[in-house]
Amino acid sequence: MGAALLQLRTEMRARFDVPFEVRRRPDLEQIPTGIPAIDQLTAGGIPRGTMSEICGAESTGRTALMFTILSQATRRGECCAWIDTSGVFDPASAAEAGVDLDCVLWVNCGGNAQHALKSTDLLIQGGGFGLVVLDLADTANETARRIPLASWFRLRHAAERTGAALVAVERQINARSCSALQIEMRRKNPVWAGRLLRGIVSRAESRKNYRLRVAELEVVR
Amino acid sequence: MKSRPDLPASKSATWKGCPTGGRQIGAGDWMPVLFACIRAPGNLPLAIECARGFSPYIEENPPDTVIFDLRGLESLYGPPEKLAREIERRIGVPAAIAIAENPDAAMHAAHGFGSVTVVQPGREAEALAPLSVNLLGMTGMSAATAESLDLWGIRTFGELAKLPPLGVAARLGEEGVHLQRLARGEGDRQLRPMVDPLEFEEEMELDDAVESIEALSFILSRLLNDVCARLAGRALATNEIRLRLTLENAPEHSTALKLPVPMLDVKAFLKMLQLDLSGRTPGAPVLKVKLRAEPVKPRRTQHGLFVPSSPEPEKLELTVARLRSLVGEGQVGTPELRNTHRPDSFVMRGFAPKAGMAAVAKAPVTEGGVSARLCLRRFRPPRVAQVIVVNRQPVRIASPSVSGRVVMAKGPWRSSGEWWREAGAEDGAWNRDEWDVALESGALYRLFHDAAGGRWFLEGSYD
Repeated sequence: MGAALLQLRTEMRARFDVPFEVRRRPDLEQIPTGIPAIDQLTAGGIPRGTMSEICGAESTGRTALMFTILSQATRRGECCAWIDTSGVFDPASAAEAGVDLDCVLWVNCGGNAQHALKSTDLLIQGGGFGLVVLDLADTANETARRIPLASWFRLRHAAERTGAALVAVERQINARSCSALQIEMRRKNPVWAGRLLRGIVSRAESRKNYRLRVAELEVVR
Repeated sequence: MKSRPDLPASKSATWKGCPTGGRQIGAGDWMPVLFACIRAPGNLPLAIECARGFSPYIEENPPDTVIFDLRGLESLYGPPEKLAREIERRIGVPAAIAIAENPDAAMHAAHGFGSVTVVQPGREAEALAPLSVNLLGMTGMSAATAESLDLWGIRTFGELAKLPPLGVAARLGEEGVHLQRLARGEGDRQLRPMVDPLEFEEEMELDDAVESIEALSFILSRLLNDVCARLAGRALATNEIRLRLTLENAPEHSTALKLPVPMLDVKAFLKMLQLDLSGRTPGAPVLKVKLRAEPVKPRRTQHGLFVPSSPEPEKLELTVARLRSLVGEGQVGTPELRNTHRPDSFVMRGFAPKAGMAAVAKAPVTEGGVSARLCLRRFRPPRVAQVIVVNRQPVRIASPSVSGRVVMAKGPWRSSGEWWREAGAEDGAWNRDEWDVALESGALYRLFHDAAGGRWFLEGSYD
């Protein structure tokens, strides 16, 4: 019986990838965000080789957080891609946040979420990008919710294969179990000083941990 | 054969009875060196074309002369006399043809004698003796030397050859010695072969016009294979491919693939051309396909062990081409900010990660951390808004996408520029008052009032 089982396993192993064993994922390397509070919240930064989600309403600092992560990645000389579903990427803001624009490939999808998903897929499958950002922050919830789970799994699998850090910026969590890290941004209050808008204070919540962890993010002008 | 002690025959050649004075081609081979010169006034291209039929080593001497190497052709055409007649037959136009053991003797004979001349090896001095010394002007005789020879009464090659060498050296120097050697037919210079300009171009005329891109792909694939094989043969790559399609009853369709790095990947080129043609279809059946590649040196990079990975340039170019066909031209690339205060002013250029990008990269900030900077998510184009203003302060905004009561507004901040241009155009003057506003929903926006048009716009949201 034991010999037969062993033979069956050997034959199955030749045809299928790890048929009877638990697939162990290697420890994920992380990209530090450079913001101590967020690094503490995420236990080191944005994980590579998987998918992460940053969600929240307008003016909660999602883009500011993402630009900070992008600036850290480009300072290391990594090639990054920003898939801009709604065409709202502002190069001047990115440059002010310290992003080296020479290292960034910007894909303006002009409001087409399907094109954004396909572009993300093409770029991740191609390999070589350290950080790929899928910006769905201005996409309506109804549209984002219609993205099938299979698409998210495909993107996550591609990220695992190429080692890229894939981050989706959205209004709400859409990829559900496909994302290894989920950060939800909540608006606390804007900071006004005299005749100037000085910044925003937001609350970042990590939703993928067993116990909720919260950090405060101060976005300055 | 004339004896040339500086070039001894090989052992096997000596054993076979061959005298010294030839070039050793290989073990056991002995080959006399012969050069032919064609002088065809007004028909230099024909002369070059004719010479190409005999040898790849051709020296062009404008305006009317070519010299080429005849080494090894005796076994094909027979003795030099027959070879000369064959050259005369092939050129087909009146030309002076000379064959000699060195290029200069052949050239002087072709210029000095008409029709066909064969200078027997070892008898160059005798054969060239009647030629005028003025012919030496072709090989760079100075005016002072020409005047001296004229004063001495030297009119022919033979008279110059007979002068005592020491006396010539004392009076005319190195130039005189060189000219005397030429007059004796003792030149020993090498040919200066003309180098063909590197052109990598293939074309195909079609019997029947091709209408579909799929059918055209087979033709493109063949042409690309040929061009790339020729490039590979010369250890070259290309950074630009130009495709020109002659169409039926329509103007020519042309396209150019400009690559950020030198490449030599037929499949990638074919896919990029297919994507380009599917994005911009020719619009009429294709009659002729012409493909041209610009040759450049291939890319050589040394990857570091500790350098962050970057996309393979070949693969990246194909991916970018696919993205471009998906989202449109000008929507993919790297933004480059313009040196101006005009809002949202940038140009999109091709994404080309530099090989040494990581080497010049700055270390990420770790100690003390960084602060997140407030960013604008820019609406393109700015959204027109209806704004109610009370006491010069916006109090309510209404637009198709954003509406609400303004709970806080800070401004105005005036921005203007390029007043010398006409307002309203894309690159025209701008003059506006900007406000940062917070709506009751909590969202923050940048609002501006265009002074020229008198309208309000939402420029973007802060995030």
